[in-house]
Amino acid sequence: MRTVIQTENLTKTYGKARGITGVNLSVGSGEIYGFMGPNGAGKSTTIRSLLGLIQPTAGNAYIFGKECAKEKTRILEKVGYMPSETVFYKGMKVKEVIALSAKLRRKDCRIQAAELCERLRLDVEKKVEQLSLGNRKKVAIVCAMQHEPGLYIFDEPTSGLDPLIQKEFFDLILERNKQGATFFLSSHVLSEVKKYCTRAAIIREGKVIAEDSVENLIQSNARKVTVSGIKVLPQELQESAKEVKKYGDQIHFLYQGETGRLLRILQTQPLTDILIEEPEMEEIFLHYYQ
Amino acid sequence: MTIYCHEIKQNQKNLWIWTGAVCAMTIICMMLYPQMREQADSVSQMFSQMGGFSSAFGMDQLNIGDALGFFAIECGNVLAIGGVMFAALLGIGMLAKEENLHTAEFLLTHPISRIRVIAEKLAAIYTLLFVFYLANFVTTGISFAAVGETIPWKELFLVHLANLILGLEVSSICFAISAFLKSASAGAGIGIGMLFYFLNLYGNIADEAEWVKYITPFSYADATGIVSEGALDEKMILVGMVYLIVGIFLAFFRYARKDIS
Repeated sequence: MRTVIQTENLTKTYGKARGITGVNLSVGSGEIYGFMGPNGAGKSTTIRSLLGLIQPTAGNAYIFGKECAKEKTRILEKVGYMPSETVFYKGMKVKEVIALSAKLRRKDCRIQAAELCERLRLDVEKKVEQLSLGNRKKVAIVCAMQHEPGLYIFDEPTSGLDPLIQKEFFDLILERNKQGATFFLSSHVLSEVKKYCTRAAIIREGKVIAEDSVENLIQSNARKVTVSGIKVLPQELQESAKEVKKYGDQIHFLYQGETGRLLRILQTQPLTDILIEEPEMEEIFLHYYQ
Repeated sequence: MTIYCHEIKQNQKNLWIWTGAVCAMTIICMMLYPQMREQADSVSQMFSQMGGFSSAFGMDQLNIGDALGFFAIECGNVLAIGGVMFAALLGIGMLAKEENLHTAEFLLTHPISRIRVIAEKLAAIYTLLFVFYLANFVTTGISFAAVGETIPWKELFLVHLANLILGLEVSSICFAISAFLKSASAGAGIGIGMLFYFLNLYGNIADEAEWVKYITPFSYADATGIVSEGALDEKMILVGMVYLIVGIFLAFFRYARKDIS
């Protein structure tokens, strides 16, 4: 599989402030790749480095085998980008913004734009300052998709979109993906990532802490454990137990590690009940995030 | 030329407002001339004897009772200040607005190099300024005719040409400054314009402050000096052109590498 996005120890610092540190990502052709992390983790910094908006302090980023910092213009010809905050020039009509975007690409995208606007139910005669967040997002989707690029980079694309448009949006993604396009999707919505992404990376405090298929990420060896009969967790579990919560006489926690070890430790405790189950996806990601 | 056309369109309203305002002030000013002509001798004598104040505004060099002298003394400053304000606002805002209004992410993620963005934006600024000064030039000529005076085309052309160069220089300097700042406001542009203007006044009043003429572009765009000499100060214009070129170079150098946040 051809690599579309590749980063090698990508690092960006802002003076003493942390940006991203040693980010290594690899996105293959035709993938729908999820990029997740809490706010301020470094998702946007990574995306900005890929798009050439910021210069990395160290490391390299490549798109379609070309170095982002040096061949930005040629790369961007084949990239459609949708930022998380969509702002356009005041006073312009939706159709003018869409036409401006096509002109900046020196392409005639009128047919594709009309089709996208119809599917997303976008009123092209409105002025951009009259648009709601959801409608501004729709304009950004049209601008990112009308030239039918090979790579789409979407930063939190569905925030503000109503469920019907979200469905239409993902239908579009799946259609373009079937045609061979690659998607890099930064998202907070885990159900979206689970449903649509083939692989994903999780970034926390500027570092990629996990990168795998979504299936493997979800099937982590973390277990959701509920025990009754003890008031505090045994000392040996303190390090491997996360998200410890007490409800009445029950203690809930996420256990990361070998299940045999967990059982051996709990065996020594005066438990009245025990439940070990697979955690919900949200709980796993919460575990990654913290 | 997409960005160029886009910027011309985006700034059209500003252009008409500034052009209309400065042209209107020139017309109003010139309409006062017939009254002034009747009291020419006394007013001219009074104005020329106001010491440093006369020097600051060039009133010691020209006769205010003469239409061209009146224009240079009274309307020259309106054109210079109005033009510099417009040029400074265009220069400081052209790049900075993309970051201030968060449209940079839209513009700079299209397949267009930063060098091209800068070049087309600069071209748009220069075109807008050219139209502004051309409209003022024509309006001033009409104003002369309206008050029954012969239109001194040569002097008017020189004054407006010098002011066009002044506008180009100030806009280029502000453009370069905005490339270095994270968030450049209109106030910064106006501040720079006013600083240049007051430096020129200071240079006109104080003999020991001759050096400021090498800093402020108002030194070569002073209408009273151009009208009294009948020519442009080529040396000072050359100095101004150096600032203009350095400004453009710095803007290209900085903005091509700037992190857009």
